[in-house]
Amino acid sequence: MNGLLAVMSFSDFASFFVYDFVWFAIVVGVLIALCSSLLGVTLVLKRFSFIGDGLSHVAFGAMAVAAVAGLTNEMWIVLPVTVVAAVLLLRTSGRKSKLNGDASLALISVSALALGYLIYNFSGSSNLTGDVCATLFGSTKILSLTQTDVWMCIVLSVLVIALYFLFYNKIFGITFDETFARATGVRTEVYNLLIAVVIALVIVLAMNLVGSLLISALVIFPALSAMRVFKSFKKVVICSAAVSVVCTLAGILLSIWLSTPVGCTVVAVDLLVFVGFYIAGLALRRARA
Amino acid sequence: MELLKCTGLRLGYEGKAVAEEISFTVSEGDYLCIVGENGSGKSTLVKTLLGLQPPLAGSIEKSEALRRAGGVIGYLPQQTPVQRDFPATVEEIVRSGFLARSGLRPFYTREEKQLADEKMERLGISHLKKRCYSELSGGQQQRVLLARALLATGNLLLLDEPVAGLDPKVTAEMYELIKALNRDDGITIIMVSHDIRAVLAFATHILHVFHGRAWFGTAEEYAKSEIGRTFAGGVQ
Repeated sequence: MNGLLAVMSFSDFASFFVYDFVWFAIVVGVLIALCSSLLGVTLVLKRFSFIGDGLSHVAFGAMAVAAVAGLTNEMWIVLPVTVVAAVLLLRTSGRKSKLNGDASLALISVSALALGYLIYNFSGSSNLTGDVCATLFGSTKILSLTQTDVWMCIVLSVLVIALYFLFYNKIFGITFDETFARATGVRTEVYNLLIAVVIALVIVLAMNLVGSLLISALVIFPALSAMRVFKSFKKVVICSAAVSVVCTLAGILLSIWLSTPVGCTVVAVDLLVFVGFYIAGLALRRARA
Repeated sequence: MELLKCTGLRLGYEGKAVAEEISFTVSEGDYLCIVGENGSGKSTLVKTLLGLQPPLAGSIEKSEALRRAGGVIGYLPQQTPVQRDFPATVEEIVRSGFLARSGLRPFYTREEKQLADEKMERLGISHLKKRCYSELSGGQQQRVLLARALLATGNLLLLDEPVAGLDPKVTAEMYELIKALNRDDGITIIMVSHDIRAVLAFATHILHVFHGRAWFGTAEEYAKSEIGRTFAGGVQ
């Protein structure tokens, strides 16, 4: 199965769908894809793409602490730590702070990564490299989800999607022109806080699918692809959600078929689709001109 | 009738004053221009009027009439480069003027959508409704943001350098439009401007911020005053 020619026959491939873990992976994958792409549009447009990256590294650090503490469900540490980090990061990047925004982000990002790996060394695990690799690239996590994981993911995703739907117009206003929104009395600090919390939720969820190093791809690619072709906020949001879901589904199925790691297969499909949209965007512009 | 009354404003950041002793009133139907050199504290004044930062001292009183209309000053910001590649249609942007008024309601009502259509019609941008904002010309973009500002306010607009970067023809059209809004639609205007000719041509009142102080009076008084004559230079 693990050779270069590990491509299986269709009947072998189809036989995988009798297993619960495959369906778990598909359900969780699609939900994560949906959440991350919705938020991705706002993050990319607010020039916050890197915050997702920084946060995912913080989540990695928290995961290491959870591993050393020997928690059965690491969410109890990872979720609150990431939420707090998200709130702090969005706060400082919005205002003039002593430390330059992107420099401080890079600082936090690499520190969390380094300390995370350092802490992992104290976990006494017999398979340290495997654990770290799984957390960074999510290689096996998505195919070994428990029922509790799946339910937790469903609840959090529904929460994220509902919040996005309810505050869609506000999110648009704040993304397009925060100063105007604030000047006309919208409580932007509350919505920014909400966005920060939701980003943290999405990142913690997405760690299951692609691991902490590749989360940014999930957040950024669909939004960037959609922006190549569409010029209205609503269409960009819808297209990016669709692109994300399709890419993730294709990525998961391909990874089963080709026996490749799930996370990087999904990201590779995202990249391929982005290139497609980029070319389509160029062609469209030429056609209009 | 008075809409806005500012008394003894002291403006600045972190306790450091940029300008002080600024007092002026804005009444219904006024066309107030705020002039002054760069760095004189005009932008700080704008932020303070919009409630984006508190004054160090002094008070801004909003009249009963203004508060009844939502208490919101419709704001036309200076264009920022971040918005240039933003995927958003004219319609989406104009409607976002309602955000503050819609509270926690997630969607725009039918009346709000219709009002937005009427404002786009009024500003001559109805045909651009489905177009992408970033593909429009500078003048068209300003009209879109003006429509949004009009939806946010009942009666008071604050325009921050509304013609910056526009060519002469479009600039003239923009001034005519603002004048018409003031004269025909009864919108009170506060405009920050560098353009002394336009200020002298359109303003009813002038607030001149200089050396951290301010002069306030009607346009006629300004033209006769020493500061007015110096600033206007050889224009007249």
